[in-house]
Amino acid sequence: MTTRAARERALELRGIFEAAGAAVVECDILQPAETLLDLYGEDIRARAYVTQDPARGERMLRPDFTVPVVQMHMAGGAEPARYTYAGEVFRRQEDHPGRASEYLQVGFELFDRTDPEAADAEVFCALQSALEGLPLRAATGDIGILMAAVAGLGTSEARRAALLRHIWRPRRFRQLLNRFSGKSPLPESRRALLAEADPMACAAPIIGLRDREEIAARIEALRADADEPPIARGEVEMIDELLSVAETCPFAIDHLKHLGMDHPPLRAAVDRFERRCDALAARGVNVDILDFEAAYGRTSMEYYDGFVFGFYAERRPDLPPVATGGRYDALTARLGQGESIPAVGGVIRPDILSEIGGEP
Amino acid sequence: MTIKLGVPSKGRLMEKTFDWFGARGITLERTGSDREYSGAVSGIDGVSLVLLSAGEIPRELEAGRIHLGVTGTDLVHEKLVQWEQKVEPLSELGFGHADLILAVPRAWVDVTTLDDLDGAAAAFRARHGFRLRIATKYHRLVRDYLRDGGVADYALVDSQGATEGTVANRTAEAIADITSTGETLRANHLRPLGEEPILRSQATLFRSRTATKTDADRAVLKQLCDMLGL
Repeated sequence: MTTRAARERALELRGIFEAAGAAVVECDILQPAETLLDLYGEDIRARAYVTQDPARGERMLRPDFTVPVVQMHMAGGAEPARYTYAGEVFRRQEDHPGRASEYLQVGFELFDRTDPEAADAEVFCALQSALEGLPLRAATGDIGILMAAVAGLGTSEARRAALLRHIWRPRRFRQLLNRFSGKSPLPESRRALLAEADPMACAAPIIGLRDREEIAARIEALRADADEPPIARGEVEMIDELLSVAETCPFAIDHLKHLGMDHPPLRAAVDRFERRCDALAARGVNVDILDFEAAYGRTSMEYYDGFVFGFYAERRPDLPPVATGGRYDALTARLGQGESIPAVGGVIRPDILSEIGGEP
Repeated sequence: MTIKLGVPSKGRLMEKTFDWFGARGITLERTGSDREYSGAVSGIDGVSLVLLSAGEIPRELEAGRIHLGVTGTDLVHEKLVQWEQKVEPLSELGFGHADLILAVPRAWVDVTTLDDLDGAAAAFRARHGFRLRIATKYHRLVRDYLRDGGVADYALVDSQGATEGTVANRTAEAIADITSTGETLRANHLRPLGEEPILRSQATLFRSRTATKTDADRAVLKQLCDMLGL
């Protein structure tokens, strides 16, 4: 339930973002389910409320504001643009019935193509200063570094694409990496299929949309994959080491730069990380004590593809983060029908603020 | 007050349940006309029979409106969120066996594992512009199973009956449904993946953890469990 205190706090926070130059926007609570399903996949159904409208089809109670704000911006916003909003979001909590299924979010979103690292720093600082004085711990990460590492692997395009597709599913990612590096064997059924002279010789009729050509194309792709040499051990070790990086920003930069000496594809992404730290420092953030974890944010919604961050109540590890955010460039491309714009944003949960009881 | 026992109201599931209780000295029977859903219990006092659709028994157990109920494990797992906290399985009854499986067209010679399904789904989406559709009525079980299996780029489409026909009708590319012999699958040119079933189900006697009981009810329940050998 949203309390009056939480609502007042939400409007107050929105006021802070407005004063920082953001335009206030409103979004519908009922969103077309199709867009969200297409974007997030079936998992969103387990996390959001879907309802039926006889005339409009499936609608979803907004699980967040990011998607409608991006759509609104792509439909003709000026550049650069800063938006803020405050309102309820709705999440099903099947696995955690004790958690709120309806709560307020106050957000700040920035669309800017000139200087992404400065934009990252601006959003982080906007949230941090709105939360100033509270006993919070900041966590940061950068999905872009792992993506750069995968995109630079010395293996086939198909394998890199398969790994990138599962960046946000660590277990499946690991399973594929083990397969591609020869650490785990091919499944027996795959081996049998590849050994057949004419695997398409099957008496069963082709039924449904997936046709003979598609089946043949996948067998062809599986054959090509079987001929592909394993991903080199050094590259797998690089991914492992990268994922284990968890230290304060300056040490993380050193560590990743060291990795980049042997793995040049990492360098541009690590440079971006360093520039971001400089931009944060220029805004007064003490990056010497700011935590960085390369694997942070990998299991949340699969649209963050660069900088990611969260603020946690130090004395209440049982609570969800007070604030979270990150960069979602790819999302704007998928929603933009050919257009895209670098974007970064974050949200604060006033109800969690009320629970930790701190006043700024 | 009495202990309320919910039993499927028709068909083989009802008859076999009656047989199972009968073999343990408790006679369950339908009373009145063929079409009337009322029943009687003999062999023990203080137990009443409630005839219900098997699909509604999980809900009635959860709400505590019946103390005991016979239904399939599949229905309990699908319909009740955190089912372990709401019902306790007392005994598997040894009939009504069925597996919840994921099946694809037999012609998909390249798809036998979840890993294959994931690969095929990625290619399908790239080619057709929408996610590979899987028809089912077991949304939660199938979604959890595919999430654990690391499958992406699929969508579930609801199918409450004749699910095996959806592929030929082009409203889905694959299905997830209950099968006992696999004959309907074969007749519709489908075959299960070579993985463990999503769930192995059978008729099971469940106890509601939420139903209120008087001391007398507790005594009856104890006597009933003794007779049933539980």
